Amino acid sequence: MRASVTDLPVKFAEVVILAGGVAILDRVSIDLAAGQPTVLIGPNGSGKTTLLRAAMGLVRASRGRITWGGRETSPPTRRAIVLQRPVHLRRSVAGNVAYALAAAGVPRAQRERRGTELLSLVGLQGLGGRPARQLSGGEQQRLSLARALARDPAVLFLDEPTASLDPVATKEIEDIVRSISGRGVKVVMATHDLGEAKRLAGEIVLLHRGRILESGRAQDFFAAPMTDEGRKFTAGELLV
Amino acid sequence: MQENASAVQLVLSGDPTLFAIVWLSLSVSLSAAFCAAVIGVPLGALLALTRFRGREPVIVVLNALMGLPPVVVGLAVFLALSRSGPLGSWGLLFTPPAMVVAQTVLVTPIIAALTRQTIEDLWVEYRDEFAAMNIGPLRRVVTLVWDARFSLVTTLLAGFGRAAAEVGAIIIVGGNIEGYTRTMTTAIALETSKGDLSLAIGLGMVLISIIILISALAWGARRAGERLAG
Amino acid sequence: MTDFKPNRRSFIAAAAFSLVAFAAAPGGAQTERSIVVASTTSTQDSGLFDYLLPIVKQQTGVTVKVVAQGTGQALDTARRGDADVVFVHAKSEELKFLAEGEGVKRYPVMYNDFVLIGPHSDPAGIRGMKDVGKALQSIKDQRASFISRGDRSGTHLAELNLWQDSGVDIDKARGPWYKSIGQGMGAALNTAAASDAYTLSDRATWIHFKNKGDLTILVEGDRRLFNQYGVILVNPSKHPNVKQALGQQFIDFLISPAGQKAIGAYKIDGQQLFHPNAKDAGA
Repeated sequence: MRASVTDLPVKFAEVVILAGGVAILDRVSIDLAAGQPTVLIGPNGSGKTTLLRAAMGLVRASRGRITWGGRETSPPTRRAIVLQRPVHLRRSVAGNVAYALAAAGVPRAQRERRGTELLSLVGLQGLGGRPARQLSGGEQQRLSLARALARDPAVLFLDEPTASLDPVATKEIEDIVRSISGRGVKVVMATHDLGEAKRLAGEIVLLHRGRILESGRAQDFFAAPMTDEGRKFTAGELLV
Repeated sequence: MQENASAVQLVLSGDPTLFAIVWLSLSVSLSAAFCAAVIGVPLGALLALTRFRGREPVIVVLNALMGLPPVVVGLAVFLALSRSGPLGSWGLLFTPPAMVVAQTVLVTPIIAALTRQTIEDLWVEYRDEFAAMNIGPLRRVVTLVWDARFSLVTTLLAGFGRAAAEVGAIIIVGGNIEGYTRTMTTAIALETSKGDLSLAIGLGMVLISIIILISALAWGARRAGERLAG
Repeated sequence: MTDFKPNRRSFIAAAAFSLVAFAAAPGGAQTERSIVVASTTSTQDSGLFDYLLPIVKQQTGVTVKVVAQGTGQALDTARRGDADVVFVHAKSEELKFLAEGEGVKRYPVMYNDFVLIGPHSDPAGIRGMKDVGKALQSIKDQRASFISRGDRSGTHLAELNLWQDSGVDIDKARGPWYKSIGQGMGAALNTAAASDAYTLSDRATWIHFKNKGDLTILVEGDRRLFNQYGVILVNPSKHPNVKQALGQQFIDFLISPAGQKAIGAYKIDGQQLFHPNAKDAGA
């Protein structure tokens, strides 16, 4: 078991985030606690990405408060995020992981061992010497996961990690996410894929136009959604 | 045509005067490129990564300075280094260090401007990842410069090429003194004016070969960069 | 993780190596016994320095670094304190230089002569004339192409004096036929050869010049074509950095019997170019 997780719960209290006069997040209150993965669902532009970035600490709230483990500020040493279109450094796969480990403060002597472990974890062992930008889409996404895990995070934010992947690659990613969650890392993931939400979620948060319409346990939501949008989504319709 | 033949002979025979001139040219231009890099790369990186009022005009001016006419630079440095000028007590006029100074002034804007462009382009790519990994400012600069190293090498080679090819600045501040400040380009100018075209052509051939070599190195650097980074 | 360390190390090593290798190369030769002599491009183009300076070094141990410019420029360089000695051929300018207190004393050294060069076809019909004034008049009357150095050099000033002597007001008479190029003797000869034009050249540069094309000597021997050289030590009272002792050693050698003999011995194609006349007080 790992040490006590001090960033959790991540709480949003009536958070508003404005950009160019428009409210990307509109009075959002949410409580991300340790446990099962929380999956954010909703159409593009609903604010999922912004919510993830704000929870990571990359974006400040215009109004309202965000707290990590009760604190108003917290250095992001035990949090990690995988962005929607991750950009890898112009180096090899192993080089990218080594870089992430160095950035996370892992001492030089341990980096090689940890790096190899991480590559095995995401199934990229043997590809260490390949230039990162030559990997396939799925492989690049797994590398992003390895980089994020290099920080030994207590919370891992994922922004639509399988959005551009084929079913095989998608399954690989989902398996890795499941195993990460199983090791005690809190996973907060955005997706607009109904099936994926069903497969991975312990908790569902439905976002629409910057507002939270529904949130709760996944099985409750899928059994009986309470809003129109919720019903549309679970019926497989597109939300606009 | 006869001149071309004797020019080739001169080069191949290993004429010591010729090679002394070539050696001086290379050391002056390489030193200048190095100094320009020491000043220009950090300057360019700084300009790429910081935001301040007046940044846009500074970039425009820097880009314009890439086209500084060498004779103008030569004249300015000449007046500065002359005994009756502000830096006269250094006694540098008509010596190789004066030529290095003039060429450094000429080449620094090129290196700074191209570095700024390279670093800024890479910065735009890496910015989000830096934020996501919580990378501090110093490490960001180091990472950008390191990852851009092949492009930066190309930039340095461009700077060196510019220095090696110019004559206007160094003939003024160096004085084209035989055995001391006579480089390939200034010797070509002199020998042409003396009507001794075979030596001038011989030097010209060596100079062009060097420039082609630089171009090949730059190409090699780009390829190496592509292969490594993918 | 093998890609990270070795690459960075070898990169830095390569950079350091080139730094060391090339930083050593261009050093200022400040500690040796050397002086800077401001002289003229005609003198340099004649090849005199290539011949004479090794002899100077051997006899006096002084290394002479010649910066070759036009006479006006050479004197200006000395006025700025950037030269130790001036060695030019424009007496009026040299006397003015002394009058300004910029120089210590003027010593006559040698003379050579000018020749009027032109194309073999000689459109102005001046071949063999003994009177250079009449020859120039003829060139002007025929509007034949003439190249002037136009660079305040000794040769240029001599040319202007000759026009004046021949009764031609060149400022009024000049037209497209008179091309002032603002460059040295070699450049002027190149231009004349390329465009079949007339020009005034010192004999030494002419003989030494390898790109004669269709040009040939048309007028020579007139006394007015004689070109006197003088050498002056730059005044150390005005410019403390002047290497007085070494500069004076160079001057002393030039006017010594050994130096004068060496000057007279310089020949191209068997022709003597410079006539030593340090003894001629009025020169």
